Amino acid sequence: MKKLKALALKYWRVISKPSVHYSLGVLAFGGFLMGIIFWGGFNTAMELTNTETFCTSCHENIYEELQSTIHFTNRSGVRAICSSCHVPHDWTDKIARKMQASKEVFAWITGTISTPEKFEARRLALAEHEWHRLKANDSLECRNCHEFDYMDFTRQSKRAVDRHSTALAGGEKTCIDCHKGIAHRLPDMTGVDMAGMQ
Amino acid sequence: MKYIILLCLSLITTPVFAQSSDELATLRGGAISDEIKTARIAKVENYDIKRKRAYPMQPPTIPHKIDGYQVDLRVNRCMACHSRRVTQATQAPMVSVTHYMDRDGNFLADVSPRRYFCQQCHVVQTDANPLLVNEFVDIDELLRAESAGDQ
Repeated sequence: MKKLKALALKYWRVISKPSVHYSLGVLAFGGFLMGIIFWGGFNTAMELTNTETFCTSCHENIYEELQSTIHFTNRSGVRAICSSCHVPHDWTDKIARKMQASKEVFAWITGTISTPEKFEARRLALAEHEWHRLKANDSLECRNCHEFDYMDFTRQSKRAVDRHSTALAGGEKTCIDCHKGIAHRLPDMTGVDMAGMQ
Repeated sequence: MKYIILLCLSLITTPVFAQSSDELATLRGGAISDEIKTARIAKVENYDIKRKRAYPMQPPTIPHKIDGYQVDLRVNRCMACHSRRVTQATQAPMVSVTHYMDRDGNFLADVSPRRYFCQQCHVVQTDANPLLVNEFVDIDELLRAESAGDQ
């Protein structure tokens, strides 16, 4: 303990002393440069964990399921990638989610979903995580693209208008309440309350 | 339903047609090396307007799109709106009581397994041009014609 204290004190002396050899300009510019490198590097690394190649390295079968849905291929060619829906877009929320994801690294190490069979066994639990998350944030990731204020009810089918102009408009329901299993196959819904999915 | 009948008819008649005609060697409509101009894929009707049934026992057609509706061992997406439990909230027609009966006529709590796969009988309608003329005659018309013949 004493040794550690001495070591800390030594470093503190070095850091707190004014620089002897380097000019203020070099230090300031060096700090600026390192800032760019570290911050940029951090963000690049984080962007990397948002790519489809990264996601599909574990969740491959889910990606196959996505390909036949409207969020992958459609008339206008706008598409969603995994992170569009599963990672918050705002920086602070994103960092929070990424920190949470450190648990998923542990899952990767232990191989909790390393085979299709293991994944199927976990599918309901995993789906429920996402349903709860989207329910809690009022389907924020849906609304990043599907903004309620800009929905044109005259362009929707009757059934859609009936639901959107009542329960959704009143805030009693949120997107995920009904739109479950729109980008992946649903898990076994035995025992799951489907009354919300209308 | 009309579409299904037409499809069945066309399936029955096409092979006969193909054999009898020397000009039509393939169902594809041309040599394998040719680029065939295929028909546009028909659009599914999505008006939510019920169609008339051609006869009382006809399974009603689906008046809306069902793209990506999952009906398998895990879940039946149709029942999210059409099951008995939810029809008040959805205002969708409840599946008929016969769907809750097993083959011995006993009523079950949920849809009978033999009626589970909706699209075996219920189908969407498209804006496709019929390949054959539909010669189906409504029973009312038949009865009318008969009574007119009697007089």
